[in-house]
Amino acid sequence: MKKVRTADDSILTDEFLRQLINVGEVDILVGLPTHNNAKTIAPIVATIQAGLLTYFPRDRAAIINADGGSQDGTPELVLNAAIDDLRRRSNVSALRTLHVISTQYASSPTRGDALRSILAAGELLRAKACVIVSPESTQIKTDWLTKLLRPVYASEFDLVLPTYSRHKFDGILLTNLLYPMTRALYGLRIREPYALDFAFSGPLGSQFLAQNAWQDETARAGSETYFTLNSIAGHARICQSFLGTREHVERRSSDLIPALRQTVGALFSSLGPHMTLWSAATGSQPVPTIGPEREFTLEPLRVNRKRLREMFSTGVAELESVFQTILSTSTLEELRRIARLEEGVFRYPAELWVKTIYEFAVAYHKAVISRDHILQALAPLFRGRALTFLVENRNGPAETVENNIEALCLEFERGKPYLLELWNGRE
Amino acid sequence: MREMIVDELTQAMHGISRGFAHFLPRLIVLVIIGFVGWVVAYALKLALRSILRLLKFDKLLENAGASQLLSKAGLPSATEVLIQFAFGVAWLGFILLGVSVLGVFGLQEQIGRFFLFLPRLFVALFILFVGLLAASFFSRAALLAAVNSNLPSPRLLGIAIRSIIIVFVLSMVFEELGVADETMLLAFGIAFGGLMLGLALAFGIGGQDLARQFLEKRFVREKEDEGRKDELSPL
Repeated sequence: MKKVRTADDSILTDEFLRQLINVGEVDILVGLPTHNNAKTIAPIVATIQAGLLTYFPRDRAAIINADGGSQDGTPELVLNAAIDDLRRRSNVSALRTLHVISTQYASSPTRGDALRSILAAGELLRAKACVIVSPESTQIKTDWLTKLLRPVYASEFDLVLPTYSRHKFDGILLTNLLYPMTRALYGLRIREPYALDFAFSGPLGSQFLAQNAWQDETARAGSETYFTLNSIAGHARICQSFLGTREHVERRSSDLIPALRQTVGALFSSLGPHMTLWSAATGSQPVPTIGPEREFTLEPLRVNRKRLREMFSTGVAELESVFQTILSTSTLEELRRIARLEEGVFRYPAELWVKTIYEFAVAYHKAVISRDHILQALAPLFRGRALTFLVENRNGPAETVENNIEALCLEFERGKPYLLELWNGRE
Repeated sequence: MREMIVDELTQAMHGISRGFAHFLPRLIVLVIIGFVGWVVAYALKLALRSILRLLKFDKLLENAGASQLLSKAGLPSATEVLIQFAFGVAWLGFILLGVSVLGVFGLQEQIGRFFLFLPRLFVALFILFVGLLAASFFSRAALLAAVNSNLPSPRLLGIAIRSIIIVFVLSMVFEELGVADETMLLAFGIAFGGLMLGLALAFGIGGQDLARQFLEKRFVREKEDEGRKDELSPL
């Protein structure tokens, strides 16, 4: 029997392991982490299959669905997506069997556990290239697979991250915090450090699987962000690939805290272990990109600005005791001042925003209070910054939006000595 | 007559000398035990400091928010508080052991009681410490959740939760110490019941409008949100 090695065999169930052993080895592995995605999953699986048959007909491929205990029959839909129908309909044919395996990694969803199961499967199947597809990527096209996989498959890059055409107000946490801060810290202009659709080489997947952060709650919640940051720290060859339109997902205010944990929590946590790297990096370099780096759509979008303003002011007033432990006196004083401004003249300046974020990052590292509470305390301030970004770019064309994001990025880069000063001072 | 007085005085002086001769070695033993106790307590202090540093005890308590609580109370770091406490108790134990050697009438019984009381004191202090930490943590969690859910009066909610936990913790501490158990239990029942009744009255009668606004905000807005979903997508 073939001897296989995984970083941690115990995370794979016996049944899943048996199915993987039956598959043997593959060239391409498509990972599909799901949880109650019955509404969207069938067309996504069909598109993945079509993409594999069209662009990789000669390669051995497997689709691995890691499900977090769906109650709506998502795994069944994945398994029942019949490839024969697709072959008849689209007149494409595969020279090899396309395997589809579904496994339930837990009874409740955790992104990190889903990714870990897929990585372990990829290592076991000795996949040359792996691609993760989000079950929410309803606008997926067949060419997404080749756009993401080809650079890895050709051994040119270790990690391919996506860029999209998005609405100018979509992903404000990315444009106002994650992208500029990652860029300022690590010196790489990665537009989507938190990627839900991305591809990587087998060795890079194994390297990430072997790291010891899987028991850490923050790392498990923000595993995608961790993957990107660890790849940067490991000097992996990274590129970006433009995938096309990403649909604007409407969300509720309760989605912000999990989003902060998945992204900002992971970014702040990475500062300690990667201190030597980010403290030495200066300026920033563009990352090789296939296609445009970013496109913005500009259609009108209704946003409740009054609510954003109200939640910012209430947050500053009510959380004063919390902010006193996190922020410097001057920053807190400035926040108090802008919280009193009328809606018409309200503005959360980039310089103050950068100072706030760096002080939060150091407080998080120092754990002045519970780290999760620090992230939660950032939510009302983010709403204030989001409102400013919204007002500044309300009538602006795509160039103005891009210029404003660029200006913010430069502000983050300029503010880096302040972060270092705080870091070393409080250390 | 004169001789009698001299005899009595001489006997008294002898008595005192004998007493002093009896007492002096015990006093010396007390001093020696006290000194040995200080050395042992100091060694314990050093060992405890090393162990707590090794366990990153301060870091653990920082994560739980305990350091903030201690600094607010004007106390040094948690490690230092624990070390000083252990040192004090260990040394005091030795001193009391030395005092018992003096053989002072009734003192031994009191010392015995003190030693029996010591474990309860430890437990009570532990309950108080953990309770204050829990009060600080949960009140902050409630405050943050209320702010991020846009609920009215978040700070009031945080204070209410902190007060309830502290009252509960104090009742447990007094019960553990055996200080007026029944009175404390009764007082806790009255205070807790009164607090709940007060809140119910304040919210239901005094704050009818606030209650209505709160419920409307909580449930009606949620329905509106379902329909409108006008929040910006952060990712």
